[in-house]
Amino acid sequence: MAQGEIVAGCLAPHPPHLVYAENPEQNEPVAEGGWEQLRWGYERLRESLKGVDYDAIVILSPHWQTYVGTHFLGLENFQSLSVDPVFPNLFRYHYDMNVDIELAKQIHDKADEAGLAVRMMTNPDFRVDYGTITTGHMFRPEWDKPLVVISSNRSRAYYSVEVMQEMMIELGRVTREAILESGKKVVVLASNSLSHRHFTTESEIPEDMSKEHITSHAMHLWDMRIIDYMKSGQCQRIIDEMPEFTEQAIAETDGGAFTWLLSTLEVPDYPAILHGYGTIIGTGNAIVEWPVYQHKEA
Amino acid sequence: MTGGGIVESFVVPVHPHTVLAPEQNDGWGKLRQAYDDAAQIIKDSKADLLIIYSTTWPSIIDHQLISDPNPEWVMVDHDFHELGSIHYSLNIDAQFAAMWNNENHARGLQSRCVNYRGFPIDVGSVVALTLLNPDNKIPAVIVSSNVYADRSETTVLAKACKELVRKTGRRAVAITAMSLSNRMFTEHINPEDDRIHSLKDDEWNRKILEFLEAGRLEDVGQLSRTIQQQIRVQKVVNFKPMWWLSAMNDNRNNLTGKVLAYEAIHGAGCAVVNLNPAQSGFGNKEYDEDDVEVYSGERGVLDTTKPAEIESSEGPALWDPTEAEGSVNTKSAPKPVGAYPHARKVGDLIYLSGVGPRQPKTNEIPGGPIHDSDGNALDYDIRAQTQAVIDNIARILEEAGSSINNVLDVTSFLIDMDRDFQGYNEVWAETLGKVGPTRTTLAIRALPTPIAVEMKVIASI
Ligand SMILES: [Fe+2]
Repeated sequence: MAQGEIVAGCLAPHPPHLVYAENPEQNEPVAEGGWEQLRWGYERLRESLKGVDYDAIVILSPHWQTYVGTHFLGLENFQSLSVDPVFPNLFRYHYDMNVDIELAKQIHDKADEAGLAVRMMTNPDFRVDYGTITTGHMFRPEWDKPLVVISSNRSRAYYSVEVMQEMMIELGRVTREAILESGKKVVVLASNSLSHRHFTTESEIPEDMSKEHITSHAMHLWDMRIIDYMKSGQCQRIIDEMPEFTEQAIAETDGGAFTWLLSTLEVPDYPAILHGYGTIIGTGNAIVEWPVYQHKEA
Repeated sequence: MTGGGIVESFVVPVHPHTVLAPEQNDGWGKLRQAYDDAAQIIKDSKADLLIIYSTTWPSIIDHQLISDPNPEWVMVDHDFHELGSIHYSLNIDAQFAAMWNNENHARGLQSRCVNYRGFPIDVGSVVALTLLNPDNKIPAVIVSSNVYADRSETTVLAKACKELVRKTGRRAVAITAMSLSNRMFTEHINPEDDRIHSLKDDEWNRKILEFLEAGRLEDVGQLSRTIQQQIRVQKVVNFKPMWWLSAMNDNRNNLTGKVLAYEAIHGAGCAVVNLNPAQSGFGNKEYDEDDVEVYSGERGVLDTTKPAEIESSEGPALWDPTEAEGSVNTKSAPKPVGAYPHARKVGDLIYLSGVGPRQPKTNEIPGGPIHDSDGNALDYDIRAQTQAVIDNIARILEEAGSSINNVLDVTSFLIDMDRDFQGYNEVWAETLGKVGPTRTTLAIRALPTPIAVEMKVIASI
């Protein structure tokens, strides 16, 4: 069997507002657009990966929050209605997604061997979190590639960003190993925002873009700093500054997805492609691609 | 009981083990038994409303209230999915939820009702209602725990609810779905190995329960921040349910408390506690915090204006502007106090209804009102009021496709010519004075709202 590979890694945030603004037939509420900067960013990301062939998508979403270890969706198909508990007015999405259980199990087993607490989720009534669905939809609205869905372990809450990073670097390493051994071509997605201070009010028309901006200048500066590191291929600095960033920007990196992503890519030292940046209800969101396919070793 | 009130209160645990696996562990079984005992106490109390404040339902924007009369779905826990699924079909008092929502707004709190098919009712509420209301006979309401809310908001939330319970004559049970110490084992454990995660957590839990057993609920409320620091992992929401529960019970320290069970679920401290309003003990308390009735903190980060004062809480009722041929109405101007539009176009001219300084949405008066709700005169700033009038005029004209530069004629009304003419005139000179409309200024006895100045404007398009 040929060796598997990660063909690309992406930061692919999941605010449900993006799906809402797209008006796909799966989503019940109807919008008059909004958050175009980010939606165009996703468009550019999809375009950029158009010619890249892959078999599966691996997502880590901060909204499947598990306190007892890391969990993996473990049934072939999930379909139901996902209603966002925080923005139910925007997101009521009828999903139907296939899971690459084989790959999920391979990552699970490797993580288990490495001493991480892991579990396969095999309850058919389980509702997939809206973060996974939003990222899944925005990344590939066709839903024609099987997914591996990994829960977000809340070790940040229990211990510290440092401990979270240690665990996520390990999880990223075994994710990579499992992918290489699987013989499959895979895209890995971290589904998180950057700075994550929300407005606590919603404008009368949620998609009223005259109301949308970052919550504070400090949040903006942090986001730009992290984006600069990504664009200039300095991901080790992101790992190094993650504790400060996570704390001071209340960043959604606390869920571990970003650290995990960078680890699956072996902490890239080549420039990432920034496809878009924008705010959603005050939080900072970047759509970023690490085009591994362009940096294959000869 | 006449006038309605809180007939019982409970603290109950949130994890699904009590519903799905009480037989797997002795402690889980005891918690289940305590849940069943609590259900019996509720039945005996002849309660006709269950009110749940759930810490497993965090919200960011507002406090949210379930207002779907019959939410139905299948709940699977994010962590403990292997225990199975809980099918729920709840009996919600949607009308009470809607009234509570209104009462919140009247007290300056942001809140909203949630009524969407398939909305994921949180695990704590599902477990609590499944066990406390097994035959679904008693209607319930469920409120979320706001991530950013502090004590004053949480207190006002409770007071709004309690006031409504009183007004509607309900016999209500107040329930907080919550853990005490919330640190769970971060690994999978065998059910027989379950215990409280650490000695420190256990000691704090017992201290909290000692207070509750003695009916000293408000004391626990005042210890909430310390408890959060000591035995609570930073999950999504802080330890605030005791603020709500204490306010639901008049911030008392002389309730009759009974701990029905205290056990571990996957390491977390879980208890079923009953608090009855009957007086016991000394009940001395030192209530050292603001006993707020209305929330007036800053939540509005979208606009630079202050958060909503209570619309039309005093003074004449506010109307939606009327619609007719050529009428111009805007949300950026204050609501009328009668059946008229903001403005009306005829040919090339636009006629504005009298414009005062009240702010759109909040109804606030820049520079302050001229008297309080009892009619006592207040000091106010005529300059700020005049400027606000002109700003409102500009917004209405912009909505009409015109602008402040097109104002042709103004009639101004002042309620105190001697006191206010000079300040009014100064602001005028800096603003409309530079545009150059004709002007007439009249002294009048009063205006319909507690304002000092109003202007009647004619402009060109
Ligand atoms: Fe999120």
